[in-house]
Amino acid sequence: MPRLSQWIIRAALIYLLSGITIGALLLAHKGAPFLPVLWVWLPAHIEFLLMGWIVQLTLGVAFWILPRYWQQPRRPHEGYALIAFVLLNLGIWLVVAGTTFRAGAWVLFTGRLAEVGAVLFFAAHAWGRIVSREGA
Amino acid sequence: MPTLTRWYIKSALVYLAVALILALLLALPATVNLPLFIRFMTPVYFHLFLVGWVTQMIFGVIYWMFPIITRVQPRGNVQIGWLSYALLNAGLLLRMIGEPLVATQSAAGLGWLLVVSALLQWLGIVFFVYLAWPRVKEKYRGG
Repeated sequence: MPRLSQWIIRAALIYLLSGITIGALLLAHKGAPFLPVLWVWLPAHIEFLLMGWIVQLTLGVAFWILPRYWQQPRRPHEGYALIAFVLLNLGIWLVVAGTTFRAGAWVLFTGRLAEVGAVLFFAAHAWGRIVSREGA
Repeated sequence: MPTLTRWYIKSALVYLAVALILALLLALPATVNLPLFIRFMTPVYFHLFLVGWVTQMIFGVIYWMFPIITRVQPRGNVQIGWLSYALLNAGLLLRMIGEPLVATQSAAGLGWLLVVSALLQWLGIVFFVYLAWPRVKEKYRGG
């Protein structure tokens, strides 16, 4: 597993832990109310688990496991995948700032924009690796 | 494919089927006389789908395909894997029953079901991350 996949997958696991900790507190609060302000964290729970865990893990595994080129560089445009990693995580935190921390609609918009950028950069990296064994 | 992975993936497929059947019921028009219990199961549907299906499928594949640690104990402590599987599924099933019960019978003092469900699912995932973390690494090359 390449170093960048290790970073991305470890980040995904951390988001999983963060997301389910918030989720467990919310579920417990549903059963035995103890802290109503917890509901403010619902968007963070969703964002951490959908984008931080599921999407990020998928990208990390794809970077590792998609077919590699026969010649160097085996994984083309690795820098694009790194930019995708940075943008995705920036996006997640801006979305959480815009929702849970109510930093404003433009912060939320910028976060979503960063996430779109992350996907585009990752696609630019991965597109050429989505091939058969014959390279077609 | 390791036995634990087979359990994770088969369970994930069952949850997917149950989640979609539930989605089908929830999509029925309000004029259809369903038990009130079912009408309160939208959050259960989301979690059967995202925890029962997506996350559990991912866990099964991670346990199977991530780089091994050593030849002697390739996938770490399998007992922790089974504990994680049992806790996660017990917690999710408890939520499936408990959440609509709490919503429809709020005076019955059943809230503890959700507290226990939350704790079981949380522990199940924490144990899985503990098991998976050392396998996020370079390919095993012996030694």
